[in-house]
Amino acid sequence: MAESGPALHLRSYLQIAWLWIRAAWQYPTSFVLLAVGNGLITALDFVGLWIMFAHLDDLAGFTLPEVALLYGSASLALAVADTAIGSVERIGAYIRTGRLDQMMTKPVPLLVQVCADQFTLRRLGRLTQAAIVFGWACTYVDWTPSRVVVALWMLVSGGLVFFGLFVGFSCVQFWTTDATEFANAFTYGGATVTQYPLTIFPREVLVGLTFVIPVAFVNWYPCLYLLGRSDPTGMPEAFQFASPVAGVLTMAAALLVWRSGVRHYTSTGS
Amino acid sequence: MSLTRSQHEPLIDVRALERTFDVRRRVEGRRRRVRDSVLAVHDLTFTVAAGEMVGYIGPNGAGKSTTIKMLTGILVPTGGQVRVAGLDPSRDRVELARRIGVVFGQRSTLWWDLPLRDSFDLLQKMYRIPPARYRDNLDRFVDLLDLGGQLDTPVRQLSLGQRMRGDITAALLHDPEVLYLDEPTIGLDVVSKGRLREFLRALNDERGTTLLLTTHDLQDIEALCDRVIVIDHGTSVYDGPLAGLHAQGGSSRMLVVDLVDEAPPIEVPGATVRRVEGPRQWLSFPADASAAPVVAAVAASYDVADLSIQEPAIEDVIRELYSRDA
Repeated sequence: MAESGPALHLRSYLQIAWLWIRAAWQYPTSFVLLAVGNGLITALDFVGLWIMFAHLDDLAGFTLPEVALLYGSASLALAVADTAIGSVERIGAYIRTGRLDQMMTKPVPLLVQVCADQFTLRRLGRLTQAAIVFGWACTYVDWTPSRVVVALWMLVSGGLVFFGLFVGFSCVQFWTTDATEFANAFTYGGATVTQYPLTIFPREVLVGLTFVIPVAFVNWYPCLYLLGRSDPTGMPEAFQFASPVAGVLTMAAALLVWRSGVRHYTSTGS
Repeated sequence: MSLTRSQHEPLIDVRALERTFDVRRRVEGRRRRVRDSVLAVHDLTFTVAAGEMVGYIGPNGAGKSTTIKMLTGILVPTGGQVRVAGLDPSRDRVELARRIGVVFGQRSTLWWDLPLRDSFDLLQKMYRIPPARYRDNLDRFVDLLDLGGQLDTPVRQLSLGQRMRGDITAALLHDPEVLYLDEPTIGLDVVSKGRLREFLRALNDERGTTLLLTTHDLQDIEALCDRVIVIDHGTSVYDGPLAGLHAQGGSSRMLVVDLVDEAPPIEVPGATVRRVEGPRQWLSFPADASAAPVVAAVAASYDVADLSIQEPAIEDVIRELYSRDA
């Protein structure tokens, strides 16, 4: 076979996603309104930060462009993960409606189908907003070749961490079918927390966000390096380069949970 | 045929299959719910050879769907063995999917907002059906199932019958070796049911597609299946030809006698009168007994204008089978 596993899965993913984009175009007005609305809501999010800085010179020692870098990178990673695989959090609904059973009889891995199902570019608004904030904040960074590398892998690893959190926590629904809110607390909740310098939280929170829900690796540690700051919390300096490890570990753990979830799946009646 | 599977090996091989579900239930006077294990399927054994058309019937909750879900790899068995086309369904689910077709009558596999054609096109890509083969199959099924006018209609606008035909086409585009149909005629009108049965029979004749059909509509079974497996309380209670169900069920046949004149209830050995209506009388006798002695005895003692024998309705036979087992 010419194509290997991952390339084939990606192609299946794109084929399904493309079908959903075409489906969304059956209602173009609604699509545009949703995308714009989504962009506006997330824009207001950042405006909030902006207003805060109109009254403060810094937040826990971080200036507005520095907070914008944290905010932009976390939002960007979340938006990419959310756009690519956000439907996975609907798995409880798929179980209840029997759609998951349908998917399980198709020759494409279940996770690929679940992630691509109902693919929507509606979150393009959030993605654009995050990209703009990140781009603006980048103009304040003193770039060196190694910082460019760290910035790139920060975005990729951040995407992987959120991918893992989305998938991992959505799996809870294999055991109790209505746990979307529970999952959201860790995914969107984790993203919200990382939009601020983590020094504003008690140390226990930082430890949790490093070792339990590793969102600190999405932006906090690598951004410290990009900004040339020493870690005010005294965590090992190596953490600033450990984002890819965190990304891969989170994703691997999520895939294990997923497999176990699928094997425990008990379907619904008839 | 693949090398791993000989011609003699059955296409579907189920041995001592078992599936339990954990359910929690509330118990009076206790705060915590009690965990219970329910046997949905147990000690189920059967095989299906390639090309067979088998009816898989049983009352609600008997374990029909659970069996189908284990055969397709959706559910992992908790005991026993199941192999389909030489594969272990739950372990090789994705690979097996290429070789089977599944139609869940009450749930569509089609994409709601898109024209039928788009759903079919995506399936071609998912199953990687060669384009020429895909075009041939699509043309043929669309023609046979009379879907030509609906290809560009969004699925949500299709009638139930059209949608079902669309779902069946979707399940067959990749030439599956076995087709599982779960209540395929549910909600369809008589004409649509007839056409669908005709189509399925032709499919089996021409392509040798193996068919496993679960249904509540026994006419489906009578029209299509040479063999039925009856499942009740999670295990097989009958496996054999449809005709043999009568004997198994301990049901009775009915002799309808038209006498020349009205008469008191007929008294002959081996039969009892169930109903009298003017000169017509209904006598029942065991379905596995011969009708000849009864007919002879009646003709010997009465002036008979006409005689006919009614076979028991399969519904009654199966109801009998279930109730005996309960």
